[in-house]
Amino acid sequence: MNRNPQLNAHGELQHLITLEGLSREILQGILDTAEPFAEVAEREVKKVPLLRGKSVFNLFFENSTRTRTTFEIAAKRLSADVINLNINTSSASKGESLLDTVDNLAAMQADMFVVRHASSGAPYLIAQHLAATGRSHIHVVNAGDGRHAHPTQGLLDMYTIRHYKKDFTRLTVAVVGDVLHSRVARSQIHALRTLGVPEIRVIAPRTLLPTGVADMGVRVFQDMKEGLKGVDVVMMLRLQNERMQGALLPSPQEYFKYYGLTPDKLRLAKPDAIVMHPGPMNRGIEIDSAVADGSHSVILPQVTFGIAVRMAVMSMLAGG
Amino acid sequence: MKIHIRNGHVIDPANGIDRAADVFIAKGKILGVGATPAGFEANATIDATGCIVCPGLVDLSARLREPGFEYRATLESEMAAAAAGGVTSLACPPDTDPTLDEPGLVEMLKHRARLPEFAHVYPVGALTINLEGKRLTEMAELAEAGCVAFGQANTPVLDTQVLMRAMQYAATFGFSVWLQAQDPYLAKNGVAHDGEISARLGLAGIPVVAETIALATILHLARETGVRLHLTRISSADGIEMVAAARATGIDVTCDVAAHHLHLCDQDIGFFNPHARLDPPLRSVRDRDALRAGLASGAINALCSDHTPVDDDAKQTPFDEAEPGATGLELLLPLTLKWAAETKLPLATALARVTFDPARILGIDGGTLSPGAAADVCVFDPGATYRVSREALKSQGKNTPFLGTELKGRVRCTLIEGHLAYDGAFV
Repeated sequence: MNRNPQLNAHGELQHLITLEGLSREILQGILDTAEPFAEVAEREVKKVPLLRGKSVFNLFFENSTRTRTTFEIAAKRLSADVINLNINTSSASKGESLLDTVDNLAAMQADMFVVRHASSGAPYLIAQHLAATGRSHIHVVNAGDGRHAHPTQGLLDMYTIRHYKKDFTRLTVAVVGDVLHSRVARSQIHALRTLGVPEIRVIAPRTLLPTGVADMGVRVFQDMKEGLKGVDVVMMLRLQNERMQGALLPSPQEYFKYYGLTPDKLRLAKPDAIVMHPGPMNRGIEIDSAVADGSHSVILPQVTFGIAVRMAVMSMLAGG
Repeated sequence: MKIHIRNGHVIDPANGIDRAADVFIAKGKILGVGATPAGFEANATIDATGCIVCPGLVDLSARLREPGFEYRATLESEMAAAAAGGVTSLACPPDTDPTLDEPGLVEMLKHRARLPEFAHVYPVGALTINLEGKRLTEMAELAEAGCVAFGQANTPVLDTQVLMRAMQYAATFGFSVWLQAQDPYLAKNGVAHDGEISARLGLAGIPVVAETIALATILHLARETGVRLHLTRISSADGIEMVAAARATGIDVTCDVAAHHLHLCDQDIGFFNPHARLDPPLRSVRDRDALRAGLASGAINALCSDHTPVDDDAKQTPFDEAEPGATGLELLLPLTLKWAAETKLPLATALARVTFDPARILGIDGGTLSPGAAADVCVFDPGATYRVSREALKSQGKNTPFLGTELKGRVRCTLIEGHLAYDGAFV
């Protein structure tokens, strides 16, 4: 229970559930493995046979088109058989429990579960259940759990930063927006720390910051203009619709005015700063279109790199 | 039936006894401690060599799950757990289904619990109908049926006017009111202590102010109404300070803490262990240390198991969906001993917090080995180890964050009014 459940007895990656606690070597190993897969995408035949004969189940308890699609493409490019299951939470709450679902799919000879779930920690529950029932050969990849982690997003973000900035140990990186509810932010912060980024900033109004956020090794800024000064990388977070008006924020307009990334604010960053966003974007709320489509934006390359990184993760886990 | 408990070390905090002595029992009552009473001839002898002999434990909160939640536990299973844990008296909260808001239900529960090997059951009646916080229950009738206090279990009364009137009405009859301090708005959707751990794990937090704000409201109303107040499951350092300050100004208030909260903190959630999902949440190390110190000093009056058996289906879920609570009747004694050993507290002081002190809060005559008191006795081996496992637990609830842990202190036998309720001598 105390051993990191995503590592096997040899300290190798058995599941990918969070980036927290993974060594720099493991993170760099994944990024290195992703490099040649990025080239596969440039080829006429975009397939390699590393997962031939393996069954990957995309187990999505929470809706997502984008992430599910990129996992599906990644698995198919590795020649795996992909089964997509969208289990909406209302039918799950009426009947089958999460672990019953897992047992049923495991009985269909699954080799890998790619799991998205609204509850933080759900992939751990699945991994622990598989271990307790002697099926630890089935790998679990977390495709986003509650507010906890989105490790492949964090990895593709690191891949993107490395691609454009090369050396992590000289960077100032700002994470901007709804950190409180963001699994992406948590994965980014853990990875940036492990990879040696000396200054990680988070920028948000206090209603969107978790209580203990400074303990995660970040500098907290409420003033976006102050926080963006001299940064090399700006990582924007998505603001969910239901959080734009209410007790967290008064209105999307006010949020955009103070925390939206506009060309004006971006000018405070380094001239060669890159702008990232995990998507889908709310243009005019957290990011101005002029920035999203501008010369600093690497938002679309992020998507491309995401497939390579997911291929790397899947092949490292299940590629024998 | 005359029983002679020989060769044990007697600890009876209420009477200041802490020495090697024999205990003599006749007709279900304590006859004496020490010298053999004139003409005493035992029908049965219990050899307590190497063991502590103390009053049976008095637990201020044990959910028996009857009526309504028999799939989680039954009176039979939980009474077996109580006896195995050395618990001879227990208060059960009113959050059954239906809630304990009608005298008939309380009478039925008392009747069902009337077997000689069962611990004495002291129901805490519902303060409001169905715990909804709207209409008062028939407290006087409920008291006649056997309720010893009135409370809301973990459900707050939102309407402060109703809460004030409930306190006034209870005070009219001299009943005590038991309340758990947690502001439902600040605790909304929360599943863990709001702090570094919840931030890291991405769990919705319950801040300490959820406790202190509710405490302020409750304490002000207690001052206003003069009701005898008992606060259940204090969880924070700030909360302890507030209660102590209120007591210093003359408010009639006591409080208790759950055994889990003495030993665990939010870090013990580990990798989202659903067994660490408790209500109130496990708080920070600082809070935990304050709870340990507060219980030692007497700022916190009693230690309870907060026994909450939960079925596997409600625990084998993601952390935020898991039902809060842990089984505890069988762990109360070993967890008390662990706390005493770790804080270098005299055993007599530690045992007072689970015997005489909670008995006073309940307003019952238990928790002592005074001559004439009911022969509710716990004999335990303080050095014997016990590994917590699903198999070893008699409670139907196997839900505990201590599964797999080795604890010290095993009950050898439990007497309830002189009746051998548990015989673990050869276990």
